[in-house]
Amino acid sequence: MFGRIHALLIKELLAILRDRKSRFILIVPPLVQLLVFSFAATQEVNNLTLAVLNLDRGRPAWQLEQRFSAASPFRRIIRLQHPSQVAATLEGQQALAVLWIPADFSVNLATGRPARAGFLLDGRRTNAAQIVQGYARRIMTELALEDSRRQPAVALEVRHWFNPNLEFRWFTVPSLVCILTTLIGLLVTGLSVAREREMGTFDQLLVSPLQPLEILAGKALPALLVGVAEGSLIVLAAVLLLGVPFNGSVLLLYGSMTVFLAAIIGVGLFISSLSMTQQQAVLGAFLFMVPAVILSGYASPIENMPDWLQSLTLANPLRYFMIIVRGLFLKELPAARVWSQTWPMGVIALVTLSAATWLFRRRLA
Amino acid sequence: MNEVVSVEGVHFTFPGGTKALAEVTATIRPGRITGLVGPDGAGKTTLLRLLAGLLLPDAGCIRVLELDTRAEGRRLSELLGYMPQKFGLYEDLSVRQNLQLYADLRGVTGAERDAAFGRLLAFSGLEPFRQRLAGQLSGGMKQKLGLACALIRKPRLLLLDEPSVGVDPISRRELWRMVQELVDDSLAVVWSTAYLDEAERCAEVLLLNEGHLLHAGPPAELTRPLQGRCLLLRDLTGNRRRILSRALGRPEIQDGQVLGRDLRLVLRADAAPPAVADLDAGSGARLEEAPPRFEDAFVELLGGGPPSVSALAEGRPVSTPVAGAMVEADRLTRRFGDFVAAREVSFSIRAGEIFGLLGPNGAGKSTTFKMLCGLLRPTSGSGRVAGYDLQRAPGQARSRLGYMAQKFSLYGDLSAKQNLAFFSGVYGLTGGRRRQAVEDMIDTFHLGPHLRTSARELPLGFKQRLALACAMLHRPSVLFLDEPTAGVDPLIRREFWTHINGLVEKGVTVLVTTHFMDEAEYCHRIALIHQGRVMATDTPDGLKDRVRSSQRPEPTLEEAFIELLQRSWQEQEEVVG
Amino acid sequence: MRERRRRLQALVKKEFVQVLRDPSSLLIAFVLPLLLLFLFGYGVSLDARRIRLGVALQDRGAPAHSLAAAYAASPWFDVRQSRDPRVLLEELLAGRLRGVLVIPQDFSRRRQQGEGGLVQLLADGSETNTANYVENYARGVLGSWQEIEGRRSATMVEGGPELVPRIWFNPELESRHSLLPGAMGIILAIIGTLLTALVVAREWERGTMEALMATPVGIGELLVGKLVPYFLLGQLALLGSLAVAVLLFRVPFRGSAGALLLTSSAFLLAALGQGLLISTLAKNQFIAAQAALVSGFLPAFLLSGFVFEIASMPLPIRILTRIIPARYLVNSLQTLFLVGDVWPLLGRNILVLLLLAAIFFGLTARKTVKRLR
Repeated sequence: MFGRIHALLIKELLAILRDRKSRFILIVPPLVQLLVFSFAATQEVNNLTLAVLNLDRGRPAWQLEQRFSAASPFRRIIRLQHPSQVAATLEGQQALAVLWIPADFSVNLATGRPARAGFLLDGRRTNAAQIVQGYARRIMTELALEDSRRQPAVALEVRHWFNPNLEFRWFTVPSLVCILTTLIGLLVTGLSVAREREMGTFDQLLVSPLQPLEILAGKALPALLVGVAEGSLIVLAAVLLLGVPFNGSVLLLYGSMTVFLAAIIGVGLFISSLSMTQQQAVLGAFLFMVPAVILSGYASPIENMPDWLQSLTLANPLRYFMIIVRGLFLKELPAARVWSQTWPMGVIALVTLSAATWLFRRRLA
Repeated sequence: MNEVVSVEGVHFTFPGGTKALAEVTATIRPGRITGLVGPDGAGKTTLLRLLAGLLLPDAGCIRVLELDTRAEGRRLSELLGYMPQKFGLYEDLSVRQNLQLYADLRGVTGAERDAAFGRLLAFSGLEPFRQRLAGQLSGGMKQKLGLACALIRKPRLLLLDEPSVGVDPISRRELWRMVQELVDDSLAVVWSTAYLDEAERCAEVLLLNEGHLLHAGPPAELTRPLQGRCLLLRDLTGNRRRILSRALGRPEIQDGQVLGRDLRLVLRADAAPPAVADLDAGSGARLEEAPPRFEDAFVELLGGGPPSVSALAEGRPVSTPVAGAMVEADRLTRRFGDFVAAREVSFSIRAGEIFGLLGPNGAGKSTTFKMLCGLLRPTSGSGRVAGYDLQRAPGQARSRLGYMAQKFSLYGDLSAKQNLAFFSGVYGLTGGRRRQAVEDMIDTFHLGPHLRTSARELPLGFKQRLALACAMLHRPSVLFLDEPTAGVDPLIRREFWTHINGLVEKGVTVLVTTHFMDEAEYCHRIALIHQGRVMATDTPDGLKDRVRSSQRPEPTLEEAFIELLQRSWQEQEEVVG
Repeated sequence: MRERRRRLQALVKKEFVQVLRDPSSLLIAFVLPLLLLFLFGYGVSLDARRIRLGVALQDRGAPAHSLAAAYAASPWFDVRQSRDPRVLLEELLAGRLRGVLVIPQDFSRRRQQGEGGLVQLLADGSETNTANYVENYARGVLGSWQEIEGRRSATMVEGGPELVPRIWFNPELESRHSLLPGAMGIILAIIGTLLTALVVAREWERGTMEALMATPVGIGELLVGKLVPYFLLGQLALLGSLAVAVLLFRVPFRGSAGALLLTSSAFLLAALGQGLLISTLAKNQFIAAQAALVSGFLPAFLLSGFVFEIASMPLPIRILTRIIPARYLVNSLQTLFLVGDVWPLLGRNILVLLLLAAIFFGLTARKTVKRLR
């Protein structure tokens, strides 16, 4: 039994590694994706344009304008001359926000009346608008509290744990490690049975004394090896090329990665048993991948979703693995916490692998 | 008569660097069917695409109907009918929708269109199936529809790319007759085929091999030099395969084949026929002159016949004869939904027997074959291999069978050696036995120089050897062969059958599916399968005897097959009527 | 000319019959769009509401309690309160809290003595975006608490600077309102690129392309024959998605039908051109599918500006986004939904899309040139 699985394992690895094209597909695109996406998939806001309509010539108005111009999200400042320009500026997306300082701002301030300044934001870009709005409020509050006649303000000392400079890449890269590992695991298993079916070698395996379970194991093990190797490659690239710190235990990473890959390979084999052609397998992998990524907590926090959808994410192995990998990279997650996220993946793996086995046997009949 | 096509010094190389055609010069005339003949990979499809203007030659010039394909391809396409492989049909469109599409594309409208549809539907016999999806037609009907689509506007040059692949012999005949009827002085037909018996029926033949044109002219020109050199050894007694093996070992014999109960031998040029007594074929044996066949000529052009003995079989001890059946089918039935692919199929195969499943595509021979090697679970009934029930003891049954699929399904990315290593591992060979088995196969099939080559890049002949080697590593006592020699040249086919004959002599049992009639002649017994049923099980000669009559004293196996099919239809109708 | 029109009609009709009979086309054209709309409608929300915040109240004084109550009453936070910060920090590590606010022991004393006082916020930086929100909201709550406190204790000085923020086009800042138009952009990209690439590759694989090419059909007719059906299918999918977005998810639509039609037409031309180009180069359904996913779906998802701010990307990637058709579509759709017909913006986008379409078609025509390989 071991000899036969060994033969399958060697065959599968050779089939993947002997072909220059498939070697290329396994190594280059994941790394390129890691690099491009880690820079592109950012929810940071900077480099934005601010438009300023300052109708007041007083010094306080000028100071306010200076404060806003120096704020970190803004790179470019356009000066507007007349209120009539405001609408076109926002509609045409020449600026994300307009700071509107009315003519009586300085006078009001000096005479102790409320001095109001308008801040108009483009609601099409919800994320940027929200963050910029936060910055603007903070600037204004700071300005107000500097008023010496008031009681000194409560200072808020903020510390960002695990990511002191709040670098977005430290969030994106560990998430990409998970997504790319999923992609590799799915593609290697999802396509392999379909490819053998198309080439006719699958019948060759079926008429040999191999048991269906041995064939499945012969498909799952190489995928596991390749997946772990790829995962290591991507983690290395993340640490060495992109400078994301890895604080946790390597052993825990490999342990949880193996369980996670088992769950994904179960899905891949299921898709594989279902599809007759490689094209169907690609579509199947795609249909699994998109919801799995969106409902993993990567695109947006799971707690923002409606309750029924939150329950649904409990079946998504990517959800747990994201927490583990992000935790191991940044939080030095202890073993107990890793375990609490690993056992659900184990359960999922058990379900997907049994389902794949069941379907595989059924399709043989 | 004017020539329709002239090809001059044409070369064509694929972007990958593979040479498809080299220095081909030929002409094609109207009023006849010109056969474009050769094994797979000979360059037939490439030449047809060049003629249709779909490809342009790297060097040389092609003129079709006075038009240069290079400059006037667009005008040419209006005069052309072209049926590609797989017939170029939209499988998810109905028969009528396919016809309408091609009529619109060729600008056939109004009354002309109604007339064309009526004519083509009647002519192809597809009238009752107008609304059926093309994908749900049988192979024969698809091919007729493909032809009808190519004929929507009567072309002056009709190009048919392997129209008879995967089609039952009756449909093949009908198609031939249909095309024959079309041919007149204003139409030239090019019919490409890998079946050499079809070549014989063509008025003119272009014989291609590995991109080179070996012969252009009437087939008789090729076979004429073999006149008098083809002999039938009849009324022999003793073991035919051993007699053939001895005969092939003689210097004056170039080529030989089993033909039912007889042997067919071809003498070398200028060699005197051997004395019958020397062939050791029993006292009643006699030699009779036979008409030469196109295949004989092709074999001669390729430089001779098969080896006389099989190294594969030589090294194998004779297995002790087993009493009873090695392979048994017991009322095997398989349904797919409403469709019954195999109905109550029963037969049993003795040890050391070659048993053939003969029938057109879709008749149920693959279904039966798959149930017997455990690829498909029967709906009812059972199958046994070497005494083991495939359902109850699949492991034991499978470890005793060797399997070689159509198209030599090897792992293309793995080298020859890695393929051998893989299959030996899968069959549970280990350590010294494994090494020994792999070494033996390498020696037997002379795979030495190709060990590191990826299986995908092996020459066709070596691919086949490797596939057989992989199937034989664990020395199975039963060999399952699925269309083992489809599309290969006759030399490779002969070498293959030398091995099979040798193995059978050592007690190996063989189950083979085929739609090649001459492959069927090698079988001890044949089960004729049609519409999911076994119509007859008999020796090749037994089948021929059933249809022998005064009008037809020497029926071929194909004729027997067609006749038996038609009889069974008549019987069905009588039962229904 | 009439010949040509008849041939075109025949090709288009054939294509429609095929789409309706092929399960994978139906899957891509109808199932996938619905799935994406629902995923983005329900699954992705960037409006961080009810962020789980821990408040460690180490001080028993009234001001401390009042501040803690202000956090608990805030609509932004779901507060868990405790005396012991260690318990809360443990929860933070586990990911069950996104931030912990520590109100230290001497907070009330210092406030009562007229000093400023100090509050500490620890946010989970591993969820960067959420951490950003936590910080901003925490500052907001603290600011308004001080104002109210000041007014009550009459230390509040009249007047002072005040910011009046207004969010145009999307006053509630519902991320769904900008995500759904973006998702529609992805859907059109998938239909235009993936579906077209697959159906053309299928024709090559099944040998029907060869049969077509041997007829008098010209290369232009072949291309247009593929274009028209999938163009109409794309418009149909757009209409369906529009209905779902407006009726089910209540996203406002403020543009005109004409502007929408022009924009989506220009985009579909570009996307179909891209799909045709891929399938002409690939000629095999498997490679075509992968190339379409990599060059069509992923950029539409990542580089179109629909989730991730293009302005914040590094320069080389910002340049790359300029040749991604989906970028222009997502931008136009968001504008059409939330703003209306802003012609300077829409017109520029349409022009760029048409230019991209012309480039893709030019390349496709050159590569197909009615020859097989």
